[in-house]
Amino acid sequence: MTASNIHREIDAVWRIESARLIAGLARMVRDVGVAEELAQDALVAALEQWPASGVPDNPAAWLMTTAKRRGIDRLRHGKLVDLKHEQIGYEIESAQDDATAAFEAAIDDDIGDDLLRLVFTACHPILSTEARTALTLRLLGGLTTDEIARAFLVPEPTIAQRIVRAKRTLADAQVPFEVPRGEDRAARLASVLEVLYLIFNEGYSATAGDDWMRPQLCEDALRLGRILAELAPAEPEVHGLVALMEIQASRTRARSDAFGKPILLLDQDRSRWDRLLIRRGLAALDRAQRLGGAQGAYALQAAIAACHARASSADDTDWPRIAALYFALAQLTPSPIVELNRAVAVAMAAGPAAGLELVDALVSSRALDNYHLLPSVRGDLLTKLGRFDEAREEFERAASLTRNARERGLLLERAASCAQNADA
Amino acid sequence: MRFMMLIKANQDFEAGIPPSKNLVDAMGRLAEELGKTGVLQSSEGMKPSSAGTRIRYSAGRRNVVDGPFAETKELIGGFAIVQVASKQEAIALAERVVTIHAECGVSEFEMEVRPLFDPGECAERAA
Amino acid sequence: MRFMMLMIPKGYENAAPGAMPDAAAVAAMMAYNEELQKAGVLVTLDGLHPPSMGARVSFSNGKPSVIDGPFAEAKEVLGGYWMIDVKSKQEAIEWAVRCPASNNEVIEIRQVQEFLDFPSDVREAAARYPEIKAATQRRERHMRVVR
Repeated sequence: MTASNIHREIDAVWRIESARLIAGLARMVRDVGVAEELAQDALVAALEQWPASGVPDNPAAWLMTTAKRRGIDRLRHGKLVDLKHEQIGYEIESAQDDATAAFEAAIDDDIGDDLLRLVFTACHPILSTEARTALTLRLLGGLTTDEIARAFLVPEPTIAQRIVRAKRTLADAQVPFEVPRGEDRAARLASVLEVLYLIFNEGYSATAGDDWMRPQLCEDALRLGRILAELAPAEPEVHGLVALMEIQASRTRARSDAFGKPILLLDQDRSRWDRLLIRRGLAALDRAQRLGGAQGAYALQAAIAACHARASSADDTDWPRIAALYFALAQLTPSPIVELNRAVAVAMAAGPAAGLELVDALVSSRALDNYHLLPSVRGDLLTKLGRFDEAREEFERAASLTRNARERGLLLERAASCAQNADA
Repeated sequence: MRFMMLIKANQDFEAGIPPSKNLVDAMGRLAEELGKTGVLQSSEGMKPSSAGTRIRYSAGRRNVVDGPFAETKELIGGFAIVQVASKQEAIALAERVVTIHAECGVSEFEMEVRPLFDPGECAERAA
Repeated sequence: MRFMMLMIPKGYENAAPGAMPDAAAVAAMMAYNEELQKAGVLVTLDGLHPPSMGARVSFSNGKPSVIDGPFAEAKEVLGGYWMIDVKSKQEAIEWAVRCPASNNEVIEIRQVQEFLDFPSDVREAAARYPEIKAATQRRERHMRVVR
């Protein structure tokens, strides 16, 4: 077996086992930073020994045993001074004996809980969003610092520092390694879901020519979401978020043409939508709804995405339902963007005049003064009403507000076509 | 009823020769039609067996071997999963696919139609 | 990256119609399936009824020809598959190695072809199709307004 082969194998094992390893250690040493260091020690040992011995039959057990041994070593050499020695020493030493199947079964039962503890800790609101994101991808996603840096278009030392500081913040604040319950839980869970969706959207926004790590973020987020759905199956918004991500991801192959140019949802070749992901998304949405979570923010967004996914063509879209869902979403998370999307749906369902009423209200509210999509939508509705001169003005305004050259080009095209229609 | 339609590999496929534009177009139209009626649940092509790996299991050991697997005649090149009312319908679909390939000049082409287990069937066994 | 893990069970080519895997094997597989699910890597999976319940379709003498299973010459047949989404082929192999397969069974790992893997002229041909369609639809929408 060549050197690079064994390294690839170890990489693969690490990707599968590292989160659980860190989670189990974190429960023992009560500090995710130290837990990661011990886990890294075990990885180094694997890199040193496995090329000669081969990958062990139970790599997870090997890594855990090795990490614990390093933990004991550090204790003996006083390197864990800030933590409760006796407690930790006792925990590590009593768990040292890994010979019995009963022991391993006990560890298995705990692993799920430990992993959930790790998720909540890495996404703790005391950390900035960027810190939570980097820490989550590192501890739960198994990404290297370099991979995270490439994914977020940020220098590696920046990410490294972000992670170091995040761990220190958690340690200094003595954030307990636990799953929040009671009043705290909803807010803490929202923090986790926010991080996952942020990672997903970062990946979703990647364009052709970007580093491969970027669109890969969608898969990282989806994987973490699916893991969370298994760890917290009774939480409807977890399933709602997973549903949303599965359905959005289903459009990946249809979103841009062979030249990398973006294609709008309504213009996409639906035969290229991934049916497997759509089915998974609809199933996850169903789970969310059966748990009574149909009115959750992610569930509502997923339901909107599901309306599109279920329509075999753009003409078959259930626009009244989408309009109603946006209405519900607006009650929950009022925002001018949601209202604009609602206006588009209302226009499709009840005609452009109805949509224009809502858009005009948004214009009066001044909330979206510099957002190019507002005049763009207004222009579209005016075109449909045959008011070409006004429409042209709106498209020109929209073109002046967008920084994206391609988008500007498209908007100016529409303005020109309005001018032609006005003259005709 | 769900069926897996297996598309067997042929020499061109194993050589990594991509499908012709005509074939991609024609299969795309079929996929779209079947997708609209909910018949097509998934369809994927695979990379040639030279990019594949086989793992043979024996007591306590796993033997890992990289492709290509030229000696096997049962290589799969791609598949589709369909939901139809009967095996006859699934076979009729396979006939359409085979005809499209023949019309696009594919000389070696074979499909296998296999009924799938209902997910509940296996669970009942285990219970 | 998506990979298929194709399960080739020993002797399945000779299995009678309606044959069921034994309960212990199913239980072991279900535990394995759960591991894949918990790891967030499982996309989908299926079990296939034996070839004696299937058919082969090919082309001869200018038309499709159908043969019912079983197929005498087949020495290895597909019994089931998993589709997993992982970061590397090595990771797929690592998962396959953990499968509680029985003696002399084989799992074949094959990477699923992504659209971008095709050469540009093929992608172009396929891509022009939605462009043409979209342009037609826009024209149609526009025409509705003008009238």
